[in-house]
Amino acid sequence: MRTISFDGVIVGGGGAGMRAALQLAQSGYKTAVISKVFPTRSHTVSAQGGITCAIASADPQDDWRWHMYDTVKGSDYIGDQDAIEYMCSVGPEAIFELEHMGLPFSRTEEGRIYQRPFGGQSKNFGEGGQAARTCAAADRTGHALLHTLYQNNVKNETVFFNEWFATDLAKNQDGAVVGVIAICIETGETVYVKSKATVFATGGAGRIYASTTNAHINTGDGVGMALRAGVPVQDMEMWQFHPTGIYGAGTLVTEGCRGEGGYLVNADGERFMERYAPNAKDLAGRDVVARSMILEILEGRGCGPDGDHVKLKLDHLGEEVLESRLPGICELSRTFAHVDPVKEPIPVVPTCHYMMGGIPTNIHGQALTVDAGGNDQVIPGLYACGEVACVSVHGANRLGGNSLLDLVVFGRASGLFIEDALRQGIEMRDASMTDIESANERLVSLNERNDGENVSALRKELQGVMQNYFGVFRKGEFMQEGIKKLDDLKERIDNVKLEDKSNAFNTARVECLELQNLFETAEATAIVAEARKESRGAHAREDFTERNDDEWLCHSIYHREGRAVSKRSVNFTPKTVDTFQPKVRTY
Amino acid sequence: MLQVSVYRFNPETDAAPQMQEYQVETAGKDLMVLDVLEMIKAEHDASVTYRRSCREGVCGSDGLNINGKNGLACITPLSGAVKNNKLVIRPLPGLPVVRDLVVDMSLFYAQYEKIEPYLQNNSPAPAIERLQTPEDRAKLDGLYECILCACCSTSCPSFWWNPDRFVGPAGLLQAYRFLADSRDQATDERLAKLDDPFSVFRCHGIQNCVNVCPKGLNPTRAIGHIRTMLLSRAA
Repeated sequence: MRTISFDGVIVGGGGAGMRAALQLAQSGYKTAVISKVFPTRSHTVSAQGGITCAIASADPQDDWRWHMYDTVKGSDYIGDQDAIEYMCSVGPEAIFELEHMGLPFSRTEEGRIYQRPFGGQSKNFGEGGQAARTCAAADRTGHALLHTLYQNNVKNETVFFNEWFATDLAKNQDGAVVGVIAICIETGETVYVKSKATVFATGGAGRIYASTTNAHINTGDGVGMALRAGVPVQDMEMWQFHPTGIYGAGTLVTEGCRGEGGYLVNADGERFMERYAPNAKDLAGRDVVARSMILEILEGRGCGPDGDHVKLKLDHLGEEVLESRLPGICELSRTFAHVDPVKEPIPVVPTCHYMMGGIPTNIHGQALTVDAGGNDQVIPGLYACGEVACVSVHGANRLGGNSLLDLVVFGRASGLFIEDALRQGIEMRDASMTDIESANERLVSLNERNDGENVSALRKELQGVMQNYFGVFRKGEFMQEGIKKLDDLKERIDNVKLEDKSNAFNTARVECLELQNLFETAEATAIVAEARKESRGAHAREDFTERNDDEWLCHSIYHREGRAVSKRSVNFTPKTVDTFQPKVRTY
Repeated sequence: MLQVSVYRFNPETDAAPQMQEYQVETAGKDLMVLDVLEMIKAEHDASVTYRRSCREGVCGSDGLNINGKNGLACITPLSGAVKNNKLVIRPLPGLPVVRDLVVDMSLFYAQYEKIEPYLQNNSPAPAIERLQTPEDRAKLDGLYECILCACCSTSCPSFWWNPDRFVGPAGLLQAYRFLADSRDQATDERLAKLDDPFSVFRCHGIQNCVNVCPKGLNPTRAIGHIRTMLLSRAA
């Protein structure tokens, strides 16, 4: 196997990966991005409504501490306050950098960046009413951000390995991460990519569910690779179901619709969020809105012949606002719902959207594990940022607009830290031939196997189990049943059949490897969801309906070996502000 | 049963490309073309190869030639493409085929990079954002939304003939996106680099690009603006 060497390798060409890459490319160290798709095809491109940050444009008095308060509350108090403090305070600088790079933000009359209201936002620590803090480029903010980052990477001559698929982590005899095994999809060649710093920016895994806003490519590759390499994952039970996925298609309709004045109605035409969240109404936290929608449906007030969705009303905003502020939504709604939002409401249903959990990291992006004594230990050589990481700024529920901020701020932070570490010198033992062979075992066994089941059928079955047993509302006995079904799937997915063994642009091979990553992600989700016996944020249990701070004001940690679940402390010690103490969370 | 004809070519085993026929049960649903490809790959033949990612028309992965017209498979409904119960799917024309429906986009990306697709402004950055009026920002609408799917450039005969020298509609749309940006200071340098007989002037205004753009953008108009800028610069 050929070896190629870099100082830093970034796996994933979405927002987080390209922001980290930009930092490293500017540093002069030899770095490369490995991306399974051309970078602008990454899922960041689908982000719509915006990037939340206290840049004080809509409100000159705005304060990052208010944003921090909202984020801590939104997380249902298991977001790490040191990380949230870092994200909210560094945020404005990171946003202005993006603007200077050319990001075409929408503008206010003063020429500043346009900001719109989003869910869970407040002024003055929840006391001053709704804030407008989400910086937007119409409803195509993710597209504008991703293209801007790609363009600036072109400018800085970043080395891209586009349409290369990383299969597994390479570790040396000291347990340090020393690169990845990767396939060049076009030729089928397998290569060992050696690196002193390996950054996972592999994004989410929404495809573990049958109904998701996520792209086909969101298959939890980073989570799968991490777990197989003995790296734990954190808070994997916390999956965000976005209130407004288009019924039937699953495609996203931004929360910005409600930010601009849209609202949800049930079959009676009632604006039901007034009952569930009297203050914030349709702009309550996403977990709250999604649960309210499901309750309306369960109680018989759903829309349509099967009463299985609700509707998002926008027509009262007028054609001009819709076409200027929400042009992409009009397009998506016409294409996928066959509904013109200028005239009629859009049928919507809560749809899997975002993985709050992931690889635990510190604010520098360094991946962490927890030792036998319960202490954090840095995993040498491995970093993570963006959706695959759990730093954790989102805790049990992410606020809308915080994912783009997370990936920019921590992509940047990882790059800055690695640049510094490289300058000081990183010494690691080389991986031996045996180390490389062991990292390549999964791929070899897939290539050599001649029997097994069809990848599409197995994937569909897995997605069905997750959808049915680990959805918006969860219950112990159902989850145990779901886990049994996963147990049955495990060996079958381990032994999936590769029906096409050719080398050139073999997407069948990639799909088999992705399916195994989906399974790792799903299994971790199932085990910790069953273990967390309380309701918090996005994790809502019918058998434990209350939040239980005495036992569960903590992160969950999942190790693949023995499927062990343990607890890890949440950080309550920000550096420059007082701790935000847990309170009852209402909107 | 929908009759689907798919362009197949595997460089490892095939001397020449061929069309392969599939019968797909759509149960009368108005699926998207991508759904049909996914059904073929899942249920008929795992070796059928194409690119796809977002499945909602924003990532630009699945530009294909569908019943003779370039478009994105994920947002092209069967009702808008199928004629006489027949669907013919081919790779985007004019670029080398890597395998089946996957084309080598290197030339297309090279033209994009050639126009220096990034904001150039050497004045010191302010502590906040650079200000831009809503009117100036509106000049970027219809330009910045490009998703680099290549439907336009691969429907353009001038790009087919001179893919190495004619920038093509996608690249020129982005060239104008930066020429039109009030924050960009490199107008003269940008124009100088485009001022030759091929880069811009090979456009003959036939508007195939406008006709196929899945985002409803108008590269021909942008090229017209660049032409005017080049001519007034020469005058």
